Amino acid sequence: MQELLSKFSDSTLSRKLLDKVQEAAEEFIRLNGRRPAFMEVCGSHTMALAQKGVKRALKDHVNLISGPGCPVCVTDQKSIDAMIKLAEGENRIICTFGDMIRVPGTEFSLMEAKLEGKDIRVVYSPPDAVKIAEENPDKEVIFLGIGFETTIPVLGVAIKEAMDRGVRNFSMWMTTKLVEPILRTLLETKELNIDGFILPGHVSIVLGKNDYQYLVDEYQVPGVISSFETVGMLGSIYKLIRQLLEGRVEIENNYSAVVTDEGNIETKKLINTFFKPVDEPWRGIGVIPDSGMDIREEYDRFNARKRFNITVGEPGKTKCRCGEIIRGLVTPEECPLFAKACTPSKPIGPCMVSSEGTCSAHYLYMREDS
Amino acid sequence: MKNQRISLAHGDGGELAHNLIQDVFVQAFGHNDQARFDSAIIDAPSARLAVTTDSFVVKPIFFPGGNIGKIAIAGTVNDLAVSGAVPMYLTAAFIIEEGFKINDLKEIVRTMASEAEKANVRVIAGDTKVVERGSIDGLYINTTGVGFVDPDRTVNPEHIETGDSIIISGTIGDHGVAILGARGELGIKSDVNSDCAALNGLIDSILKNVDGVRIMRDPTRGGLATTLVEIAEDFQVTMEIVEEQIPIQKQVQGACDILGYDPLYLANEGKVIIIVKKENEAKVLELLKQHELGRDARVIGHITGKGKGHLHLKTGLGSTRRLNRLSGMMLPRIC
Amino acid sequence: MCVGVPAKVVERDDYTAVVDVMGSTMTVGIIFVPEVKVGEYVIVHAGQAMSIIDEENAMLSIEEWRKIADARAVE
Repeated sequence: MQELLSKFSDSTLSRKLLDKVQEAAEEFIRLNGRRPAFMEVCGSHTMALAQKGVKRALKDHVNLISGPGCPVCVTDQKSIDAMIKLAEGENRIICTFGDMIRVPGTEFSLMEAKLEGKDIRVVYSPPDAVKIAEENPDKEVIFLGIGFETTIPVLGVAIKEAMDRGVRNFSMWMTTKLVEPILRTLLETKELNIDGFILPGHVSIVLGKNDYQYLVDEYQVPGVISSFETVGMLGSIYKLIRQLLEGRVEIENNYSAVVTDEGNIETKKLINTFFKPVDEPWRGIGVIPDSGMDIREEYDRFNARKRFNITVGEPGKTKCRCGEIIRGLVTPEECPLFAKACTPSKPIGPCMVSSEGTCSAHYLYMREDS
Repeated sequence: MKNQRISLAHGDGGELAHNLIQDVFVQAFGHNDQARFDSAIIDAPSARLAVTTDSFVVKPIFFPGGNIGKIAIAGTVNDLAVSGAVPMYLTAAFIIEEGFKINDLKEIVRTMASEAEKANVRVIAGDTKVVERGSIDGLYINTTGVGFVDPDRTVNPEHIETGDSIIISGTIGDHGVAILGARGELGIKSDVNSDCAALNGLIDSILKNVDGVRIMRDPTRGGLATTLVEIAEDFQVTMEIVEEQIPIQKQVQGACDILGYDPLYLANEGKVIIIVKKENEAKVLELLKQHELGRDARVIGHITGKGKGHLHLKTGLGSTRRLNRLSGMMLPRIC
Repeated sequence: MCVGVPAKVVERDDYTAVVDVMGSTMTVGIIFVPEVKVGEYVIVHAGQAMSIIDEENAMLSIEEWRKIADARAVE
């Protein structure tokens, strides 16, 4: 199996496939006078495509537009400020994924709060925060619940563990996001011209292939569910171009090793047990109805929003264009701050902080030599 | 008492301090003639000196493949050796937290003595301070190293030219993953040992037998990528390394995959980067491979031009991308 | 969006399993893949196994890409 898995990043196969993708793209360009444009919805795809050199290898052939799939990047500034503000209270331990720790708030970041002496801990898995709560019964332990459909069930596991073990000083501040509402919003505002979607691999483990049928039925846009290795990603791009050339509009599953038609029923069950849809504000877009998940009322005691009274003012304005970047409307290079005032070591917007943010991927992997 | 511990009195210069020095330090390092004065007085075999200093605060203090004492010797010896000097003398200063186990201290000091012996250097001066419980995390060590430069065997970074080969002496990221595993904070376990080791023997065999060595560096904090970026910037050369040529242990790659880390940026404590003129690449490789610490040595890339000071990585796809120095610190991430 | 890593299950009990990623190991939750067996591979995200890797489908995918890669140009 390990050997089989290694074939997904085999470089001989990758190079051959790259040739095929380029050939197919050239045919598309001949017929249409422009490159095919695809959005990679998932931030891990943005990073993998850049890191493995696919974006640069295809830059004259395919217009790869980064989408809204970086949870830190799409979280609006006010929500980020609120999460950071949680750290100000006394007797609290804030637990977070590493992704959040350097995100700049209007006043300060969690990293800066840590330097001020606040107890901020990076955990790998949300249930680890429950353990920390058990070990610190005199402190309030708050987990910052960010993420899309792959992460939401894991957040549910943390609540389940806290219940099973009778942990009362654990709660979660949820600002999660869902894929379908944002894709619908992007398609309906018609700002974006794309020919198809590279659909997220691990979100699709939870959702399943069938959950994307609305793209075909309602918007006539094709999509291919993709893995993250070079071979898989090139294969997905190839499949999308073939659909365009052959006039097909379908959802294809190019990650059938782990993604099924129905998705993972267990994860869906757990999501519905603990969470309910809620309106969520998105950076640069505004509130989208039912575009996130929050904790159901029955479990209010685990809901940090209910346990702690946090109010934040309107965030300050910067020239940061993250809001447009996550909608695929501008590239990082079009932002006046990119690589000048805003770099990974001194980020201004979240797209530069998160390692899978579009700006970070461009800064780290795609800057032209000049 | 079985578990004797360091007390503040061990640092006050009195009886206990004297006993500690005798029982722990003199026992391990021996009592040199040089130590009869308040400073060590030494003979210099050459007029050109190399001096370096480093403080060691590694957490945890004991980890697979070594402990803080081993790094304190190896790290400073390596800094001298990669500069082209022959390491000869070290000083060692200990800042110890009250309550530290004396047996642990003994083990650390013994490790230092044996690593110093292996590296053929002598510890000729030292100092011990004890601080109150809670004010530091166990034990910190500073070592200062003195080496001598043999005018016949030097490195010549100013001779770097297009085509020169970039060689790494072995697998990267071992120390970083060993420490991550030993900390246990992120739930990851691995049987990777830290690569921490003194490299002066290995380096000596190269400098003695090969000319055309342009520069050597040990890629410690910031990893291979950060160290190469520094060389590129310092000497205004552009270099390209080939992703598939970079030796990485499977377990290291596995740990990186789980946590979302990049092995190019993980610390090494027993590796050296050697840039050498192309014609002598094979000779360097051969010498490295004869040595236990250089078995997995590889040519990973070349100097491709002058002027820009950039580092490029050639990916499996054949396209290249630029590498930057590590920014911030690496954190486990979900996305 | 979501980092996921293929990992081999080397031990399991009711709710957790020890997985191996090329020699590094970690304990993960298996509440979402209760049917998983020792020896199978799973995709791990944030400490939970999210899906069992279907070996046959993985093989088919590779075969498919090989075919495309080795196909001659149409012209």
